[in-house]
Amino acid sequence: MRDAYGRTLVELGEANEDIVALSADLSESTRVAEFGKRFPDRFFNLGVAEQDLIGTASGLALGGKIPFVSTFAIFATGRPWEQIRQSVCLCNRNVKIVATHGGITVGEDGASHQSLEDIALMRVLPRMTVIVPADAAETAAATRAVASHVGPVYMRLPRGKSPAVFAKEPRFEIGKSTLLRGGRDATVIAAGLMVHEAMEAAALLEREDGLQVGVINMATVKPIDVDAILMAASRCGAIVTAEEHSVIGGLGSAVAEVLGENFPIPMKRIGVEDRFGISGRPEELLKHFGLWRDNIARWVRDVVKRK
Amino acid sequence: MKAEVSPLTDKVERSPRLTPQEVARFREIARVARVDILTMLCGAGSGHTGGSLSIVELLIVLFYKKMRHRPVQPDWPDRDKLILSKGHAAPALYAVLGRLGYFPAEEFCRLRKVGGILQGHVDCLTTPGVETSTGSLGQGLSQANGLALAERLSGRPTKVYVILGDGEVEAGQIWEAAMTAHHYRLDNLCALLDWNNYQIDGSVDFVKSLSPLNEKWASFGWHVLKCDGHDFQSIYSALLEADEVKGKPTIIIARTIKGKGVSFMEHRVEWHGIAPNAEELERALAELRGGA
Repeated sequence: MRDAYGRTLVELGEANEDIVALSADLSESTRVAEFGKRFPDRFFNLGVAEQDLIGTASGLALGGKIPFVSTFAIFATGRPWEQIRQSVCLCNRNVKIVATHGGITVGEDGASHQSLEDIALMRVLPRMTVIVPADAAETAAATRAVASHVGPVYMRLPRGKSPAVFAKEPRFEIGKSTLLRGGRDATVIAAGLMVHEAMEAAALLEREDGLQVGVINMATVKPIDVDAILMAASRCGAIVTAEEHSVIGGLGSAVAEVLGENFPIPMKRIGVEDRFGISGRPEELLKHFGLWRDNIARWVRDVVKRK
Repeated sequence: MKAEVSPLTDKVERSPRLTPQEVARFREIARVARVDILTMLCGAGSGHTGGSLSIVELLIVLFYKKMRHRPVQPDWPDRDKLILSKGHAAPALYAVLGRLGYFPAEEFCRLRKVGGILQGHVDCLTTPGVETSTGSLGQGLSQANGLALAERLSGRPTKVYVILGDGEVEAGQIWEAAMTAHHYRLDNLCALLDWNNYQIDGSVDFVKSLSPLNEKWASFGWHVLKCDGHDFQSIYSALLEADEVKGKPTIIIARTIKGKGVSFMEHRVEWHGIAPNAEELERALAELRGGA
């Protein structure tokens, strides 16, 4: 997905000279280096200084530029959280924070680099839009939508390659989820890499249990697609969420907020259970932390029983 | 050859010397600004007195002499820009912007109140003339850098000014930004440091000494100038000298007095974050109105 982001950013930069990019010494890993080579005057490396990174982006936006700021998710949202609050959101600056290496699939680098809190940290900020695309094709579309949107944005991408969810680049509308699979017995609402896992889980449940399970790709976590959640809730009566993030404060919490106030039904949040990550290979980590089709299926069966 | 024209229009040739009439005029503007600052703070019942009074002369030289700007067109693209990184000195900026006509001076009495347009710390979304919202110290220099980069990219020959507090300079982000300004050779950026030597828990020397301050900035690649922060000519000369510096940013360390202008507020750390009550205001105004 980060390749799709880097490529799309260059295309956008070619069309609009106000687009600039910034990084904090991670331009290759975040794929903004390509933009930097193409437009050296419009690329700014702030070194290992994320507070300065965000503040500088804010100033560029104040001066009429459209800054895309990229570093790893933990560094993009952790260290400069207050700067994002004060210098970006409070000022309502048109800054796009596109972070890579979100989630457990950062892999071998381990806990210090595995951001399981970034969605929560960004979701709580007023004026912030939070996007988690499902695959490379959607990342390209989302990047375009992010560039056109006016206002602070946080978009989170994983480190590695993602299995395709969309055959070709879909239309991306901020705030609108995609119903990938209709269901009757339960619906899985997922974001990012978990969308593909949710589709696998739904297929598994149909084969083995005869259950009709819907899947919603909730690519915009904020503002969340309330109508889609409520439609799925009223149709199926049971919901499971899945994300490569803590169960606290992310997609699952956002869905629970909607259901709890409007349509309480049996639900389960699948994510990392209030723990830090560990070193390992990405796929083994996903299985280790239950971010896997078998675990999604297990909990779908559970919420269906509780209906 | 000097031209006595309003500095609020396009650039004209200016003498580096302020005339006696200008100085007298600025002195009166400063007196009115201090009256406005203290009055609005008393009306609000809270706010930052000492650090607002200390930057009055700096703001006056910037807004009445040095900066190109248009009160009737706050978003004029070719304006020089000021970022008040020490956002708690809002009353000082409001006093100057209000009398210049950026907004009605009637707003002063609604400082920090619901329904007013003057927030406790400067807010760019509610107050015309305020470039950016600050309040959490240490963030304005990074923003000023980004703005200076944008101006350069857009080919605008404008100047970006940023006012820093001395306690603020203890913040790590300031030094991150100092490195950036040097690295990107931001000579369209000029910082002013309100060096009044008092923060909240005591003098700066007591809490966390910044000494040697000039050498710190110079070692980060900045051109360092000094001025008397309450002497209009000293300030103006430093600003003009900053314009001549190429290839590096400039910082003007302005020696100031916290609480300047009111005898019982000067050099007093207690006057950092409190507003005068009615009796204190009356005594302060008596001094300001009695002065020459």
